[in-house]
Amino acid sequence: MAHDHDPHDHPSHGRAGHEHGQEPPADIALRVKALESLLVEKGLVDPAAMDALVDHFEHKVGPRNGARVVARAWVDPAFRGRLMNDASAAIAELGYAGAQGEHMVALENTPKVHNLVVCTLCSCYPWPVLGLPPVWYKSNAYRSRAVIDPRGVLKAFGTELPEDVEIRVWDSTAEIRYLVIPERPAGAEGLDENALAALVTRDGMIGAARL
Amino acid sequence: MNGVHDMGGMDGLGPLAPEADEPVFHAEWERRAFAMAMTSPTRGGRRTMERIPGPEYLRMSYYERWLTGLCMALIEQNVVTAEELASGRADPSQPKATNAVGPEQIRRTLTTSGSYMREAVAPPAFEAGDRVRARNLNPLGHTRLPRYVRGREGRIERHHGTQIYPDVAGEAHPLYTVRFSARELWGPDASERDSVSLDLWEPYLERA
Repeated sequence: MAHDHDPHDHPSHGRAGHEHGQEPPADIALRVKALESLLVEKGLVDPAAMDALVDHFEHKVGPRNGARVVARAWVDPAFRGRLMNDASAAIAELGYAGAQGEHMVALENTPKVHNLVVCTLCSCYPWPVLGLPPVWYKSNAYRSRAVIDPRGVLKAFGTELPEDVEIRVWDSTAEIRYLVIPERPAGAEGLDENALAALVTRDGMIGAARL
Repeated sequence: MNGVHDMGGMDGLGPLAPEADEPVFHAEWERRAFAMAMTSPTRGGRRTMERIPGPEYLRMSYYERWLTGLCMALIEQNVVTAEELASGRADPSQPKATNAVGPEQIRRTLTTSGSYMREAVAPPAFEAGDRVRARNLNPLGHTRLPRYVRGREGRIERHHGTQIYPDVAGEAHPLYTVRFSARELWGPDASERDSVSLDLWEPYLERA
């Protein structure tokens, strides 16, 4: 496959980061440039607003926000209680709010229950706490398979769950956005909140992996 | 609509290939296309992207769908002419817009939570624990009732209050999280423990 590349080879050209069979047409960069100059000329978009939006998603939001929420829930039982009761309000305590995070629900993993989040119809994702979704989350493969074969999907991420663990898949069909609270890893008892947050992965907060 | 975007439960849509150390965007055109689609006062969004012809939708990458949805919306809402889109040059006889979104406004939008909640007009028909069946509805317009639950029985897990109903402009209905067992959805070969929960509005549901 032309787009196969070594996983350690950082993508450096425009065709990287697309799922199987979804490479964009060669002229897409030119088309986007032409559209931007047209919309700017017509007064429909402001390049400064576009820059602000890109800066927001590249630098202001991302999985580090969600990791702080998870670490706080691990160390602060009162916060955990508020998070499970009204996740939007608890998450706002840490300063995270906004588009695609209006109605948050936290899902707690336990030794017997594993939660996995998907959006089969679209690619809905909790932007304020996780930023923009990775390519795999938006892929046709994930959107189609997560609901019918969650155990197979988890295996693709290297996670094999015992048969006696119940998997709850959450298909984000409305405006509720879900954040998985992974189990606190064993052996992390002595760590402070910042060190704990560093253990929390994006895939863990989607439920595609265990920590 | 029964489009290819409603892909829950389908087979053969490619391998799952997680990427290590993935960047937020993989190319400059993705940044600009997404930023235009998000800041343009004329928005395409999911309703428009769903109407991209199926074979093209499946072939397109995520940001190509955003770009295509934006172009469709600009043409359909008469904000840009087909000639302008083809030439990349503004027609001087067309009025210049004055409603471009500025940087402060977009920052506010991204960091301030609005609400999809609305005043209840009637008491909710269901409560947690009730058995319900997803109705077999096949609307031609936008819906959030995926095909894979239509006709299936589940249990109300939670009532979320009344929220904006995306199928019909101006309507709001009680929203519920409904849990379906994996066996109810996928048959006897599915795990007896697993389940899939969806957020479904009251008009999608009937008492089972």
